[in-house]
Amino acid sequence: MAEMGLDTYIAEENLPYEFCPGCSHGKVLGAVSDSLKQQGLDPTEVVIVTDIGCVGLSDKYFVTHAFHGLHGRAITYASGIKMQNPDLKVVVLIGDGGCGIGGHHLLNAARSNTDVTVLVFNNFNFGMTGGQHSATTPLDSITPTTSFGSTDAPMDIAGTAKVNGGGFVARATAFDKNLPEMINKAMNHDGFALIDIWELCTAYYVVRNDFGRKEMMNYMDSMNMESGLLQETDRSSFQTNYKNVQEQASKQKPMGGLILETKFSSNLDKPIRIVLAGAAGQKVVSAGNLLASAATLSGLWTSRRADFPITIQTGFSVAEVVISPEPVLYSGVIKPDVAALVAPEGRDKIARLTKAMDKTGLIYFSEGLGNVDSKAKQLPLLFPESAQKEVRKNISALTAGYLTQELRLFPFEALQEAVRLIQKPKIAEINLGVLAHFKS
Amino acid sequence: MNSERREMVDGAAAIARGALDVGCNFFAGYPITPASGILTHMLRELPKIGGTGIQGEDEISSIGHCIGAATAGATAFTASSGPGLSLYSENIGLAIMMEVPLVITISQRLGPSTGAATAAAQGDIQFMRWCNSGGYPVIVLSPTNIPESYHLTKRAFKLAKRFRNPVFIATDKETVMTTESVAVSEMTETPDWPEVPDEPVGELLDPYRVNGKIHHYTGSSHTEEGHITKDPSIIADLNERLRQKIESRVDELSLIKSDLEDGAETLILSYGISARSMEAAVNQLRAKGEKVSALTVYSLWPIPEKKILEYLKDVKRIIIPEMNHGQYRQEIERLTNGTIELVGVNRVDTFLITPEEIVEAYHG
Repeated sequence: MAEMGLDTYIAEENLPYEFCPGCSHGKVLGAVSDSLKQQGLDPTEVVIVTDIGCVGLSDKYFVTHAFHGLHGRAITYASGIKMQNPDLKVVVLIGDGGCGIGGHHLLNAARSNTDVTVLVFNNFNFGMTGGQHSATTPLDSITPTTSFGSTDAPMDIAGTAKVNGGGFVARATAFDKNLPEMINKAMNHDGFALIDIWELCTAYYVVRNDFGRKEMMNYMDSMNMESGLLQETDRSSFQTNYKNVQEQASKQKPMGGLILETKFSSNLDKPIRIVLAGAAGQKVVSAGNLLASAATLSGLWTSRRADFPITIQTGFSVAEVVISPEPVLYSGVIKPDVAALVAPEGRDKIARLTKAMDKTGLIYFSEGLGNVDSKAKQLPLLFPESAQKEVRKNISALTAGYLTQELRLFPFEALQEAVRLIQKPKIAEINLGVLAHFKS
Repeated sequence: MNSERREMVDGAAAIARGALDVGCNFFAGYPITPASGILTHMLRELPKIGGTGIQGEDEISSIGHCIGAATAGATAFTASSGPGLSLYSENIGLAIMMEVPLVITISQRLGPSTGAATAAAQGDIQFMRWCNSGGYPVIVLSPTNIPESYHLTKRAFKLAKRFRNPVFIATDKETVMTTESVAVSEMTETPDWPEVPDEPVGELLDPYRVNGKIHHYTGSSHTEEGHITKDPSIIADLNERLRQKIESRVDELSLIKSDLEDGAETLILSYGISARSMEAAVNQLRAKGEKVSALTVYSLWPIPEKKILEYLKDVKRIIIPEMNHGQYRQEIERLTNGTIELVGVNRVDTFLITPEEIVEAYHG
């Protein structure tokens, strides 16, 4: 690899740096360049991803690929780049401001252990916009937005990465002689690597808070935020883990569609709108699918909507099925032709619909659910005598069978065929047993 | 008896299959009703073909991953609903500025904020167009049914690649989450739409490559080398080009289905799910001997102004059904400038617009 290396990875034609006098940013950029040199990397295999703020001016100083995005989001882009092309070395240059606004991305990148290297240019304030307080501003600091001293506990960036599973976490200062070597280690770690590099903002923070190099080191001690390597684990990176996912997934078949051939016929001459209304756990939607599939097998066109609460296994469950001799254009149901009520939750949920039904409508109800406020004709669901023991567990399949028998929209055999074609073998066996009660 | 083969499918599966069939190899998204079906399909399918499908920690990171991956050569895709679009918006500006191809499905649900999460709507039509700072153009396609969801998704990817710009698929809860029977032939046969040319409208930017050319991407106003600049003439040229690359090609992007009747003085114009109620209403009206024309707009943005105006020549009244407070009607109002009577049919109460409401509006 060494023969590909350059003497410097800084685009010298764009020098000098436009950072303020005494700013440490140039020092850290120099350390990045020295690290790339020590690693002998081809500049076309490196992507420098910069955040917003003074550090965001850095992209033009590198002869490598560069990506300069939005404030706080640099880690998300870097991760996307690395996911798409794991052969690239991806380095994020971000400030303490970016780690504040993008803290969520930082801790989740650490959790996923995505193989990017994050170098934090931590100078305790927003340098580019006038020195306002940031997530790492020390307590009691004077800034334009904390005139009487900052009162928020400072964020421990390295600590955040550490407790969230980041594979390689270190704390350093811009003055550390071994910074290039530390960056080498971070870049060669297979997983998320972060170095929280403390430095001085000579334009704002330093002058307002009498915070020089010595004061910074004292602050580090007083906060018990030691420098050096804080964590190095061999937890596998996102990229390694996802490769395993791809390998396992590659053995599976791609998604297919449920194709139904027309095998039966129907005399239906106008659309019919059916609503099945029950409770969670009654397999109401599944029964709606059976009716829609049976109609499709009979040359009809269908739409099937499901409605249920956000929580599952509780509350109502409603299936709305439109069956039509022509393709369904309007799939809504505001005035059903047929409603089947199999649980009080469903009955109450569709009260507005049953009320809208006129006297041509039919409401079928299971035991105890009749007498709703509607002009529609109300009829009990009279399941075959032999099927009574199925009512508790399989009322929806029974209702599908009953409606098929009563409404004669398509042959009963179409419903049985739908069971065989769309349901898992175990469920199909149960439901064919349920439907067998109607055979006599 | 019609012995055609039919498929039971919903819009989420149709959109996912369209994306996969046209070469999408990267998806990142965050769960949200009514778009989660697309997320689930893409995360399950992409690793099977060596692609990447991931759930980000939020919508911001999801679209951020997509943009990063796109600069590294991915054919990237994300899907959400209106609340997710709110979080996407800053990065949509970035994708425009960096000129990366990106397809975004917005499955619309009702109302501001959390609203009615499980009710269909068409309230984000203006939001999609104007969600980026600076107001730069995007392309928005809107399918009315499941086969069109499949085919317009494929088209969206081709347009994203050609224009190097975000392209939206504007759909809704009803289309994405309702399972319907569709003719297999409608899914397999490409509609009679003009082909999208393969060549990019600007310079093609290669992905980062080892031993290749160096690329700098930036969200700042930049030179052709991708370096930040404050030069007013370079900034003006860049911004003008970002506008013109789309707005000067409105004719190429225009996609409308017309169903015109000679002598009809009323034309109904709609899009998305409401266009289906429009079609049902047109059938009802014509069965009663009424003369009425209909336009279905598939390419909502940029607005196919010239084409729409051509269809309005002898029209005295336009009825515009849409599930919002009149977002596209206001565009048609601008186009017709008071010369044609406009009638809105609008609904924001969780129910679809019924064909009968449109018939009623026709009879005034």
